[in-house]
Amino acid sequence: MSRTPRQQRARRLRTFRITVFVALGLFFLVPLISMAEYSTRVNGGGRSGAAWAALVTDPDLRSGILTSLELAVLTVVGMIVLLVPTMVWVRLRVPKAARTIEFLCLLPLTIPALVIVVGIAPVYAWVTYFLGNSALTLTFAYVVLVLPYSFRALDAGLSGIDVQTLSDAARSLGAGWFTVIARVIVPNIASALLSAAFISVALVLGEYTFASLLDFQNMQVVIDYLGKSNSQASVAASLAALIFGFLLLLLLTLVGRRRRGEPAVLAPTPQPGQEG
Amino acid sequence: MATAVTERTGLEVRLEGLSRHFGDVRALDNLDLTLHPGELVALLGPSGCGKTTALRLVAGLDEPDAGRILVGDRDVTHMPANKRDMGMVFQSYSLFPHLTTQENVAFGLKLRGTDRGAREKRAKEMLELVGLGHQANRYANQLSGGQQQRVALARALAIEPSVLLLDEPLSALDAKVRAQLRDEIRRVQLEVGTTALFVTHDQEEALAVADRVGVMNKGKIEQLAEPETLYNQPASHFVAEFVGLMNRVPCHVADGRVEVLGATLGAREGSLPSGPGDALVRPEQLEVAAAEGGSGRVITVSFLGSITRVRVRMPNGSELLAQASGAEAARLAADQVVTVSITAADVLVAPAD
Repeated sequence: MSRTPRQQRARRLRTFRITVFVALGLFFLVPLISMAEYSTRVNGGGRSGAAWAALVTDPDLRSGILTSLELAVLTVVGMIVLLVPTMVWVRLRVPKAARTIEFLCLLPLTIPALVIVVGIAPVYAWVTYFLGNSALTLTFAYVVLVLPYSFRALDAGLSGIDVQTLSDAARSLGAGWFTVIARVIVPNIASALLSAAFISVALVLGEYTFASLLDFQNMQVVIDYLGKSNSQASVAASLAALIFGFLLLLLLTLVGRRRRGEPAVLAPTPQPGQEG
Repeated sequence: MATAVTERTGLEVRLEGLSRHFGDVRALDNLDLTLHPGELVALLGPSGCGKTTALRLVAGLDEPDAGRILVGDRDVTHMPANKRDMGMVFQSYSLFPHLTTQENVAFGLKLRGTDRGAREKRAKEMLELVGLGHQANRYANQLSGGQQQRVALARALAIEPSVLLLDEPLSALDAKVRAQLRDEIRRVQLEVGTTALFVTHDQEEALAVADRVGVMNKGKIEQLAEPETLYNQPASHFVAEFVGLMNRVPCHVADGRVEVLGATLGAREGSLPSGPGDALVRPEQLEVAAAEGGSGRVITVSFLGSITRVRVRMPNGSELLAQASGAEAARLAADQVVTVSITAADVLVAPAD
């Protein structure tokens, strides 16, 4: 049975897609599977979860993980408090400054982390002098680090709504600026906010350069130390961090999809003939 | 469609010497305007004439460089927008996308700390008032443009505002919905009794809904009058040409008399004092008749239902638009030779173009 050219093309395309999918899948999965295999291997055969148990039992690793999670939360809070009002204000009152703000926010992307660290090391001498040498003071540096990514996400969210009209409407109904942002703007850019937050969390959990060079013990620094003494535990922690990041991104995709479809699910679409 | 809306009489609104500059542009130039209690005043003008600026100043969304705004006996000039107690309907769709229709209408009441039961009752009443009682649980993206603007109107009125501000609320809608909603806005405004300021660039809209219309040009009000006065006795040639259709017919003025199309008429107040000018004549003030040896030639005859528009070319090359009714229009056809005469007793004369 002969195929039409159209069918042949569709078949070739499908083959191509499957090939790419499998190749990329292997490219990503093989290292992950290897990590899982290595972290559970026992010399002389058999499997053990000892390395994974160390995530909780090893005091250094546990505190490193906790520090990183705390940093992630603080960074997200700092980022939102800094960016959302600023970006809303720029859109409403000083649109001319939009370019400048965008440039400033994207700047950390263009400077290597190493260079930033060298630059802010003297600043941190003062930060630790005033606020003590808790690793949580890294929050300041991390807020700067996540700016480019969260700015992009929030900018896309704000572009999707008519900030000017919505806030004018809210203000004419009696809302002050805080209410405008908290009750009108934020709920309508919720998925952009979530995506900014998740990207920030993923970045903070994977951060090594700042912490290491400023001499703080976050998860990645501990994993690095551990690599020298208990390499299986360090690989387990790395894999756990990767999976956590992957889950966050997956969640983000699902949440984004659900929100977009939400009203359509809750109520039927308008019927024809109801035109006001 | 009577609903239990609180009966109130509106407040007087006074704008005194309002000015607003944007860089070198004088958006508003010493504007004075008084809205009587319960009155609907439309500000009409081309884009950039300052009408929206005036509205935003009243709303508190912008601050004047000079002048005062008084609502009742309260000076609100420097009061922030959220304290002014004004309901506003915007040109672009302004419903909060994350809230249902009913939650949108109740938003202002929630901010005022009205308890839940009273809030929901009032929101339902307001939705009934604009004919959308059955759409309370919809989101904005499930409503048509006209429905969204009705909800916006209900939302603005739910807070029992001292003044209702309408910023070209109909311009995003298609023609049929626009006419419907226009009448609806007027009905609701009369029913509620709120003083209202309506900004539009559409003269038909302004003439149809307003008690008085202010025609604005370059940051000033050129004429503020009832729709009939504005149409029949325009105070300036800008108003005359902006409101309704208008012909410019070359004429000569001397001693308060105007010679135009072979007739001598009175010159209206505000006319050019003397010399050659353009008489401003409405299509319905021109009579076209088929006549051998007439000076005009018909270009087109457009049947518009109740009336027929006739476009005529004059010997000097200019074109005139006349309006004819049934019987005489039926006798006219393109390329026919006609006489054109003026039925008005007096005309306004503008400087020639």
